[in-house]
Amino acid sequence: MIKKLKNRLSSNSFLIIITILLFLLMYIGGVIIFKDKNFGRMQVFLNLFISNAGLIVAAAGMTVVLISGGIDISVGSVVAMTCMLLAWMMENKGINAVTAVIVVLIVGIVFGFVQGWLISYLKIQPFIVTLAGMFFARGMTAVISVDMITIKNEVFLAMAKSKINLPFGGSVNKRGVLIRPYIYPSVIICILVLIVLFFVMKYTKFGRSIYAVGGNEQSALLMGLNVKKTKIKVYVLNGFLSALAGFVFCLNTTGGFVEQAKGFEMEAIAAAVIGGTLLTGGVGNVIGSLFGVLIKGTIETFITFQGTLSSWWTKIVIAVLLCLFIILQSVLMNLKWNKRKKINQV
Amino acid sequence: MNKIKHIWMKITGFSLFFPLLCLAVVLVINLIRTPDFFRISMNNGVLYGYVIDILNRSSELIILATGMTLVVAASGGTDISVGAVSAVAGAVCIYSLIGGASSDVYRIPYVLALVLGILAGTACGVFNGFLVAKLHIQPMVATLILFTAGRGIAQVLTQGFILYVRKESFKYLGNFLPGIPVPTPIFIAALVVILTILLLKRTSLGLYIQSVGVNRIASRLVGLNSSLIIFLVYVFSGFCAGIAGMIITSRVYSIDANNAGLNIELDAILAVAIGGNSLGGGKFTLIGSVIGAITIQALTTSLYAMKVTADQLPVYKAIVVVIIVAIQSPVVKRWMKAVRHKNALSGNRKKVKA
Amino acid sequence: MMSDKKILLTMRHITKTFPGVRALSDVDFTLRYGEIHALMGENGAGKSTLIKVLTGVEEMDNGEIYMDGIDHTIINRSPQEAQAIGISTVYQEINLCPNLSVAENIFIGREPKKFGRIDWKTMNRKAGDLLSNLNIHIDVSKPLSNYSVAIQQMVAIARAVDISSKVLILDEPTSSLDEQEVEKLFAVMQKLKESGIGIIFVTHFLDQVYKISDRITVLRNGCLVGEYETDKLPSVELVELMIGKEIDDLAKLRKEENDDNNGKKEIIVEARELGHTGTINPFNLKIHKGEVIGLSGLLGSGRSELARAVYGADKPDQGELYFKGKKLQVKTPLDAMKAGMAYLPENRKEEGIIEDLSVRENIIIALQARQGIFKMIRRKEQEEFADRIIDLLQIKTSGKDIPIKQLSGGNQQKVILGRWLLTNPDFLILDEPTRGIDVGTKTEIQKLVLKLAEEGKTVLFISSEIDEMLRVCNKIAVLRDRRMVSELKGDDLSQSNIMKAIAGGETGDE
Repeated sequence: MIKKLKNRLSSNSFLIIITILLFLLMYIGGVIIFKDKNFGRMQVFLNLFISNAGLIVAAAGMTVVLISGGIDISVGSVVAMTCMLLAWMMENKGINAVTAVIVVLIVGIVFGFVQGWLISYLKIQPFIVTLAGMFFARGMTAVISVDMITIKNEVFLAMAKSKINLPFGGSVNKRGVLIRPYIYPSVIICILVLIVLFFVMKYTKFGRSIYAVGGNEQSALLMGLNVKKTKIKVYVLNGFLSALAGFVFCLNTTGGFVEQAKGFEMEAIAAAVIGGTLLTGGVGNVIGSLFGVLIKGTIETFITFQGTLSSWWTKIVIAVLLCLFIILQSVLMNLKWNKRKKINQV
Repeated sequence: MNKIKHIWMKITGFSLFFPLLCLAVVLVINLIRTPDFFRISMNNGVLYGYVIDILNRSSELIILATGMTLVVAASGGTDISVGAVSAVAGAVCIYSLIGGASSDVYRIPYVLALVLGILAGTACGVFNGFLVAKLHIQPMVATLILFTAGRGIAQVLTQGFILYVRKESFKYLGNFLPGIPVPTPIFIAALVVILTILLLKRTSLGLYIQSVGVNRIASRLVGLNSSLIIFLVYVFSGFCAGIAGMIITSRVYSIDANNAGLNIELDAILAVAIGGNSLGGGKFTLIGSVIGAITIQALTTSLYAMKVTADQLPVYKAIVVVIIVAIQSPVVKRWMKAVRHKNALSGNRKKVKA
Repeated sequence: MMSDKKILLTMRHITKTFPGVRALSDVDFTLRYGEIHALMGENGAGKSTLIKVLTGVEEMDNGEIYMDGIDHTIINRSPQEAQAIGISTVYQEINLCPNLSVAENIFIGREPKKFGRIDWKTMNRKAGDLLSNLNIHIDVSKPLSNYSVAIQQMVAIARAVDISSKVLILDEPTSSLDEQEVEKLFAVMQKLKESGIGIIFVTHFLDQVYKISDRITVLRNGCLVGEYETDKLPSVELVELMIGKEIDDLAKLRKEENDDNNGKKEIIVEARELGHTGTINPFNLKIHKGEVIGLSGLLGSGRSELARAVYGADKPDQGELYFKGKKLQVKTPLDAMKAGMAYLPENRKEEGIIEDLSVRENIIIALQARQGIFKMIRRKEQEEFADRIIDLLQIKTSGKDIPIKQLSGGNQQKVILGRWLLTNPDFLILDEPTRGIDVGTKTEIQKLVLKLAEEGKTVLFISSEIDEMLRVCNKIAVLRDRRMVSELKGDDLSQSNIMKAIAGGETGDE
């Protein structure tokens, strides 16, 4: 049993387990502390997903990029551009909602392709390419419209605000009516994305190639994998996911404005790191990143429930957690290295 | 003919050639579109003009790019926390000066507040340096922590308010000193750059930083303390962010924790790259980064002059950035070399035929 | 009778030049079906280059490669192309992905699938079977990084074995394996051989060659020495073929005269049970002033590691070091430098030159590091130093301000030597100072070492060429298996004694 535990300790999944445990601990803590405010309601938990659906999609995409050994800091701007484009197409051009969504997804794919091409074929550092991408997308948002556009398209609003009640759980309100917990379609999208990405990363050649490229690019090349193609595909995938995250985000905000989703990419990176993804590449899991986002959401919920603390505490607590996780990772890596050294000596 | 070719090769081989060319292109375009671009006029005892404005506005960026250049050179990584650290430094300065509410009374001497602000920036640098040099955490991840927390910390001090210092002397640093026609930030930026260059040239620090950035293992074997040097560049970057924070707050005689120095870290990194420095570390040119910073600001100012709105500006910036880094990318360089080689060959063949 | 076997692979007139070095000149190599063919030679002999040319990692300048069943010459442009025609390789540096599971590392790129998705169960089972054939029983679903380098090496071998259909190249696969693991590997090699696969085996371990190989091809300095049947070639003769016996104008100039005085001379370096876990076992060593002491042994014997421990490049974790009579704690190279040591590392490219810096900067960097940050050597002085060193060592460079990476290997080495001479050290550690550089420069460096000793400096000289060591050393310590096995001096210093000690036969004194 202890041996099994020790094995776990050295494996990469240990980091994810810590994240999940931390989340549970925080959540149970919240349930106990805010007992009188009904923190334990099903709906409070579901709200974590509702308010963070876009971030979950973006963090999942970011995780894939980080696993490949790259980075994409254009995500927040692409989200803003997507929202604006959606709003503009539907409100100013009268394009129907479905077509508009398809168009923004295609824009995301093209955007990702250009970034991926610059990174894998011209060998420009991902940071610089996606930094330019970030500027470009943010600027384009303003080119589309400097003013805020609110979406009034009925089909879109229906997509955004149709409550889907769960068939279980819920509580009886003061008037004695049973209120079922609910979610929005955006939550279903983000869950689907997670499931598909989990499958792709674990069960397809493409997914495993991403891990190989991130683990050791040179080796991946020598083992006969097409590194360039894998990389470009990663950025295309993330371009698509960024646009999708934008769509999901837009379902929440139902509008577009220039300053929207600023710093979103850093939240996504932070969630991935807290979820056990290494920025050196090769290690990570979309499920871990989900819990990274949920932890952030829980902290926010805490602060809302507490009532007197200001929102900036979220940032500070997140940063402290980030710091702890990064140091933990560094310590674990050192332990592992020492262990390897010992094995070699014997 | 050959001689001209030789001189041409020498010019193009000069490390600052490319950054200067970029700046020149931006300036020439400006001159064509705005003929009085280089005109400087005197108004109310201070100088006005596009050029003065560019230099003035680029001051913070130049200071941050100075720190960033050394960080990139020694560690091959970037410090993405400088913008947030500037905000922290500004908040510390103003909070210690006037407390948690807008006021026109200093609680402590002005200079002491400046020192405290810069110290706060330096302390942030110490934190980053410790993570990168001692715990061997990737620079970007390590600095992501303060990037995330920095503005939060600043807001804890300001309690989420924009704090104003309603006192004339507070504006000196970011605007004009009485009786001096040139904006103060230009002096500060020049001072930082000159002192840094002196520090790098008069001590062996410049050599050490390049050596560690090029080959950390070999540097260790010749007796350099690689970790210490990497630690120091992050401390220095924090110090620069502190100074920049002082200018930023003085310009608007207030601290807005949310927006002070927002996204400036990205421009600083860009300045380093446009200056012809490899983001992989090693050899660097500080002047290149300064030129890079001025280029970015010149681009911004001229786009404003062409009636591009502030919000749309990044589109053009992105396009310029992509062109500049693509031309400098190893693949394109190799490709251009091959083309040149081919031309040379066909040229020779023609000669033979003749 | 063995030569009756059908020929599988022929390489003819292979030539390959790198800037400044001719790595291979006109080398022939023949591999037959069902044989284990050892490729032998010291460092820089051209073994790896030959392998790289064959597997498409490097392009050859000249030559032809034929393979049985293919009626034209083959040129492999990438490892993938080589794999496609049935050549697979296990490199010395493990080229696997440490973050992936063991099973994946074996099957990546050709994963078994079921309903279009990766069939992990089958993959794990197949991987488990493959490894059990190698007598390795581990959990194949765990990341590769969980296992020792030895196991990783075996995984790489399992991958190559599973892919390979005709030719299997093992480039020093045993350097990180223990005896039992080597046994397992040999059993597998035997099996593969019986099935008709041709195996090219590169190694430094003589006993392994004699245990497993059928035939040996020896290379030296990029040239073919010959092809031999293993059971007809005695080991001492093999070592001779590998190392070569070049007679040179340098006699053993000052060996005898100094020998008698050693007893009275000051001891510069004394190591008492000094060691660094994992690289060199505790050793004792006394070096007198003005002595040139050689460290001999095959690659991986611990000769470089011993030097690194003395210099503090690997901080020793056992024993004590006395330098000029005083106990010296070397925590970092700087401590050793300040005491008066200098260290020219074995790996010039990765540990010696600082490639983007100029020749001048490369020359003054060590002196500057010792002086500290604030005592900057003035530019004018720097130039004088650089000129002096360039002049003294006759470094061929188009200027002192060009990046060192533009110089040839020999001149780069001279710059690094100059870097250390500038610090005026009492004790120099020179690890393979003449490797990979032309003959002329080689002699110059040897002469320089002798001159330094005359001036009263002490030198620790490491080389894989025994001739060279006999020429410059007063005393030679021989290492084997990370242990110091003998110390030869005076009349015992002879090629045959050293070779015997290296090969592990009867030793000289001690």
